[in-house]
Amino acid sequence: MATVPLQHGNRDTEWKLPARGTVAMASLITAESSIFTIFVVAYLYYLGTDVQGPHPKDVLEVPWFYSACLLSSSFFIWLAEHAIDRAKMAAFRLWWAVTILLGLIFLYGTAVEWHKLIVEDHLTISTNLFGTTYYSLVGLHASHVVVGLLMMLFVMIFSLMGAVGPQHAYRVKTLALYWHFVDAVWVVVFTVVYVVGR
Amino acid sequence: MADQSLPAGQGIQAGHGSETALDRTSAHGTYLELVHSWIVTVDHKKLGIMYIAYALVFLLVAGAEAMLIRIQLIKPHNDFLSPYSFNRMFTMHGTTMVFLVGMPILFGFGNYLVPLMIGARDMAFPRLNAFSFWVSAFAGLLLYYSFIGGVGLSGTGSAPDIAWFAYAPLTEKAFSPGHTTDYWAIAILANGIGSIGTAINIIATVFCMRCKGMTLMRIPLLPWLYATMSFLVLVAVSPLTACQAMLLIDRYLGGHFFDTQAGGSAILWAHFFWIFGHPEVYVLVLPAFAFANEIIPVFSRKAIFGYPAMVAASVGIGFISLGVWAHHMFTIGMTSFGNAFFTLSTMLVSIPTGIKTFNWLATIWGGKVRFETPMLFSVAFLFQWVIAGLTGIMLSVSAWNWQLHNSYFVVAHFHYVLVGAIVFMIFAALYYWYPKMTGRMLDERLGKWHFWLMVIGFHVTFDTMHFPGLLGMPRQIYTYEPDRGWNSLNFIVSVGGFIQAIAILIFVYNLIHSYFRGEDAGPDPWDAWTLEWATASPPPVYNFAIEPEVASRRPLWDRKHPEDPDSAFE
Repeated sequence: MATVPLQHGNRDTEWKLPARGTVAMASLITAESSIFTIFVVAYLYYLGTDVQGPHPKDVLEVPWFYSACLLSSSFFIWLAEHAIDRAKMAAFRLWWAVTILLGLIFLYGTAVEWHKLIVEDHLTISTNLFGTTYYSLVGLHASHVVVGLLMMLFVMIFSLMGAVGPQHAYRVKTLALYWHFVDAVWVVVFTVVYVVGR
Repeated sequence: MADQSLPAGQGIQAGHGSETALDRTSAHGTYLELVHSWIVTVDHKKLGIMYIAYALVFLLVAGAEAMLIRIQLIKPHNDFLSPYSFNRMFTMHGTTMVFLVGMPILFGFGNYLVPLMIGARDMAFPRLNAFSFWVSAFAGLLLYYSFIGGVGLSGTGSAPDIAWFAYAPLTEKAFSPGHTTDYWAIAILANGIGSIGTAINIIATVFCMRCKGMTLMRIPLLPWLYATMSFLVLVAVSPLTACQAMLLIDRYLGGHFFDTQAGGSAILWAHFFWIFGHPEVYVLVLPAFAFANEIIPVFSRKAIFGYPAMVAASVGIGFISLGVWAHHMFTIGMTSFGNAFFTLSTMLVSIPTGIKTFNWLATIWGGKVRFETPMLFSVAFLFQWVIAGLTGIMLSVSAWNWQLHNSYFVVAHFHYVLVGAIVFMIFAALYYWYPKMTGRMLDERLGKWHFWLMVIGFHVTFDTMHFPGLLGMPRQIYTYEPDRGWNSLNFIVSVGGFIQAIAILIFVYNLIHSYFRGEDAGPDPWDAWTLEWATASPPPVYNFAIEPEVASRRPLWDRKHPEDPDSAFE
């Protein structure tokens, strides 16, 4: 079987494919968005249908401070991405640590809020439809924050051990993409639960 | 390297040499080492074969369940199965066929073929691939463990009995005590995670692992359709995973999502389930289309007709299928606007599918058709797919649907799709790619027996099944009165089922027999054109010794016909 000399033109120089990490993370985000959509729809569908309280407007307070912490963490992780791109590892570690800290503060805020709801307002996941949908939607988001924090914590530990270098910029940015997603979802959850739902 | 096309000779010459013989004599260790090598593998080909083997085992199991159902319904007032067992059988039959047969076998082919067809050495994420397979395998075993470990209504050893769509509030703790429903929900959840992992992997592979020269418009249609199907998995299977989580919150934490006694909504479950359920049909049928796209041109000796239209139609089907789910719910009661919207959106699906059907016909038209077993199954697929589409359009009309919803007419319709289109194309694909996977041809004579028995059995069963539906026989009843006029129809349906069972047993025999005794296939037994035939059968671990480079949609045609290469026309 003869080999055919085929005309390949100038493709040799310009054959570029999308990076698989980004494509995969985008796919994961698509899937996760569908999951969140279902929980958001359930929340909106059952909004105001409870006969027995507590109702959202009686017990929910808008978590301005904690939301600001989470949303601003997107900015700091962007600074960290910027720093690792320029091989400034000290700056990277600083901004990365700030991001983790802000994420932890947000989680603490959720914990405080849930503690108040459970102990003072006697709202649990089985109290009424508000309880069921509220805890599962906010809890779903919080569990994503936990996953994001765990992954970032690994990067932090490896980075402190000196195992993360500028050559890992792409991986770090892929992880940051996930964190940006977690933040963006909070905008939706915040709007639905604390603005529309209250 | 710039002017070298394919690593010619690599497959062709090695066909009778060492590389073909490699895998068959690979028992150079103990059996334990062999098993170990399969368990720890991250090779897309081994994982693909494991997916397919796993699905075929469950095909036999779910087929046996279907036979039990048909034996029970063969005559009125039969007491072969108790009503409880009957419920379990149709639940397990449906769940198994969709989640443990359909999805894994199609993912198996995807795993095996996508990297080979785009000239890659493996999937984008080999370890994620292995993870997805083992999670799915765990899900299947978990579901079937409920036969031993599930505590249902009647003591230990039970199985889910909630039907494959598991309508609320039947699945709630109050109505489904015991653990069989939990086995079902957790198995579907785990299976969903595996499916999403594989879907991410396939998308990343198709877009990021293509060999040099393989632009988007030169990818064979199979990877294109698998990418579309994977996108559907992302946006359709995820909601199912989400609502299994809700169901588990209800069952374990006392939530009220679908608990109608506490204000929860059964209709919400129906919406959520069908938001998954309808695209799921396309998740299953798009790979079947993908097989047809590869097989029909090769056996018609013509390039596929209207490649860009085929791509556009496939992606179009994917999008439209996301907006039709409530046609499963006409009888639940919607506004007239809702009825009109879902009737029209469902009818819209027939446009891209019509484009595909006519393109296949145009591909065959004027071709030098070779009627070998893969082509026979493909022709039957075309015929049956059109009929399935026509009854689909009938059912999409809400007024007609009100008369026939949940009758055997619906059962006949979706079995026409699932068996007549998907299972037939899976058989075609097995006959077509088995030589690539094992290096041996499947026996053609047994293949003809398999085909003819299958096609006769199929039509005896599912053509007839429309009529008890039209006469008012509802689905999921364990028996019926003798005076309804359904007796002889049900008898014929059952007989057809047994004919299909015989056909499938012949096929299983063929699979095993040919593995040991089959003719040597060589690298390219069908004189085909896509890259998987450029390497040895079975392909070496690294797929291609030199990474291929392509200049057209049919790289092997270019190589075989240097005087008239496709690349001259692109």
